[in-house]
Amino acid sequence: MSDMRFTKDHEWIKIEGKIGTVGITQFAQGQLGDIVFVEVPAAGKQVKAGGEAAVVESVKAASEVYSPVSGTVKEGNAGLPDAPETVNSDPEGAGWFFKIELADPKELDQLMDKAAYEKFVAEQNH
Amino acid sequence: MSIPTTASGNRGLQLEQKLIFEQDTAGMTAVDLPTVPKVTSRLGDMENKQAVGLPGLSEPDVVRHYTRLSQKNYSIDSGFYPLGSCTMKHNPRLNEKMARLPGFADIHPFQPLSTVQGALELIDTCAHWLKTLTGMSAVAMSPAAGAHGELCGLMCIKSAHEANGQGHRKIVLVPESAHGTNPATAALCGYAVEAIPANAEGRVDVAALKQHLRPEIAAVMITNPNTCGLFERDCIAIAEAVHAAGAYFYMDGANYNAIVARLRIADLGVDAMHINLHKTFSTPHGGGGPGAGPTVLSEKLAPFAPVPMVIKAGKGFDAEEIAGHGAAKQSYGRMKGYHGQFGVFVRAVSYMMAMGVDGLRQASGDAVLNANYLLARLSEEMTPAFEGPCMHEAVFDDRFLRGTNVTTLDIAKALIDEGVHPPTMYFPLVVHGALLMEPTETESKATLDQFIVSMLHLARKAKSGTADAEFKAAPLLAPRRRLDETKAARKPILRWLPDPADNGQSNGQSSGQSNGQNKGAQQAAE
Repeated sequence: MSDMRFTKDHEWIKIEGKIGTVGITQFAQGQLGDIVFVEVPAAGKQVKAGGEAAVVESVKAASEVYSPVSGTVKEGNAGLPDAPETVNSDPEGAGWFFKIELADPKELDQLMDKAAYEKFVAEQNH
Repeated sequence: MSIPTTASGNRGLQLEQKLIFEQDTAGMTAVDLPTVPKVTSRLGDMENKQAVGLPGLSEPDVVRHYTRLSQKNYSIDSGFYPLGSCTMKHNPRLNEKMARLPGFADIHPFQPLSTVQGALELIDTCAHWLKTLTGMSAVAMSPAAGAHGELCGLMCIKSAHEANGQGHRKIVLVPESAHGTNPATAALCGYAVEAIPANAEGRVDVAALKQHLRPEIAAVMITNPNTCGLFERDCIAIAEAVHAAGAYFYMDGANYNAIVARLRIADLGVDAMHINLHKTFSTPHGGGGPGAGPTVLSEKLAPFAPVPMVIKAGKGFDAEEIAGHGAAKQSYGRMKGYHGQFGVFVRAVSYMMAMGVDGLRQASGDAVLNANYLLARLSEEMTPAFEGPCMHEAVFDDRFLRGTNVTTLDIAKALIDEGVHPPTMYFPLVVHGALLMEPTETESKATLDQFIVSMLHLARKAKSGTADAEFKAAPLLAPRRRLDETKAARKPILRWLPDPADNGQSNGQSSGQSNGQNKGAQQAAE
């Protein structure tokens, strides 16, 4: 899974060519608890790295999902709003939020790899 | 633990109650209505073609239905209600007596002003108290509740910026721990919102705030005491920096009850603050009555206050109703019909006059004392989120549950079995697994001690690891067991619909199902 990168806000991005798939991490879904509402961005939306891109709401709280990179949204996960529980059951797979065309692949260098993210989470949990 | 089941579904004197539509008996009615005379309908296509579907019940059945529902309501009149951030405190009965005086209760907003001089004087008296207590120049009385007051304050700020050629300021700064209404209000006014982090003490990080200040900033919104129940000690420094940057300082007054008659808001450099009369000034709150959010304003913002405003005229009072005219020359306009929640003003003035300034000062002191008593006693088994004394709210995090299978939610549900309304949980968001308790000044030491016994008992039971199943199933003794909150949020059933299998004919029988759902409604939701 070396092609996966992570943010400090607990989003992941998986790269295939110029397209990245974005979601929230296993740790994030566990912290949020049962997810009851999801809003994904429409295709064509321009987002900046660290900018608000989607919304996730659980029984505990509502949060923004920030885009790990800048670019143009190619597709939002259309199935997610009707089945928000997918984010709980498969956050790093079928529970993806949106696909984005990267404006600058160099931005990926700012993100953590899996080992660094796991260390980051362990420290947070302290 | 096994609880006996009953044939009726009732649990002792806790009576099961079906929905009123499920109690329908065709043709039953509480009153004899005359036969409808034959008339030619002039409604044309607009005529109703379907039955309205009102249930048929007798008067005693209707009376019992609503009485039983009212008995399921848990209120400040029935027990301890430590709901942090909401200030559920006693509503003195004297307030109610005053509000029912015919000269206040039986008047109409369209009466000639000469016949309601007493009511105008009461609004002016309420305004006088609020201005004197806060030291502010003016107060807008019409906002209907806290968030409406925030909107009033931000609209004054926006108007002031526009009047001063500063309309390019488009950003409002809000701390991470803020009430959700703060960023929502800013967004409604067309502002972008930037979050200011908290420091390790749970207070606004002043250095971070100063870094964010720049010519695009329109205002800073800060709650004091903040949602972590802590006094923002750096308000004066914050106000100076905000003003030096050409922005305004909005204070969220939701927690004003902790500091009323202790300090003057004007001395902190505040430009606008709403006051929840339904918190600080003891008027009913939460289903019991409308709120009211009068908003005090600094000299710089006063000219932009909304209409209507009560003004002194000769020996009596007049009202300025039109923006752009007279005293309301620069007013941004009207945000509510009439003068605001007049009945609430009567209750608030009754409270102010009964308490006096010395009484208000004692109330804020006792609110803080009671919260610190909880904080100190509960620290025996629980983990306070922050070091040191608190203001009127005590916040705990869930470190004391670490290593157990019990969560904050389970503790809250188990408190229902103890006969206590659970505190606010999982808020503020900056505290992990938060329990936010606000005992208020109106609770006796005996009540607090009883709550402490329950809380410590639950904390010890959770740590013992012997009662996990009981915690996960709680509440065990309430009219309903643990509800599926996730399903309720994902697939809410918001209205009753007749069961299609019933052919629209209700037989008045219930299957006694205890989940309160019916098949027809469920199909409609899916």
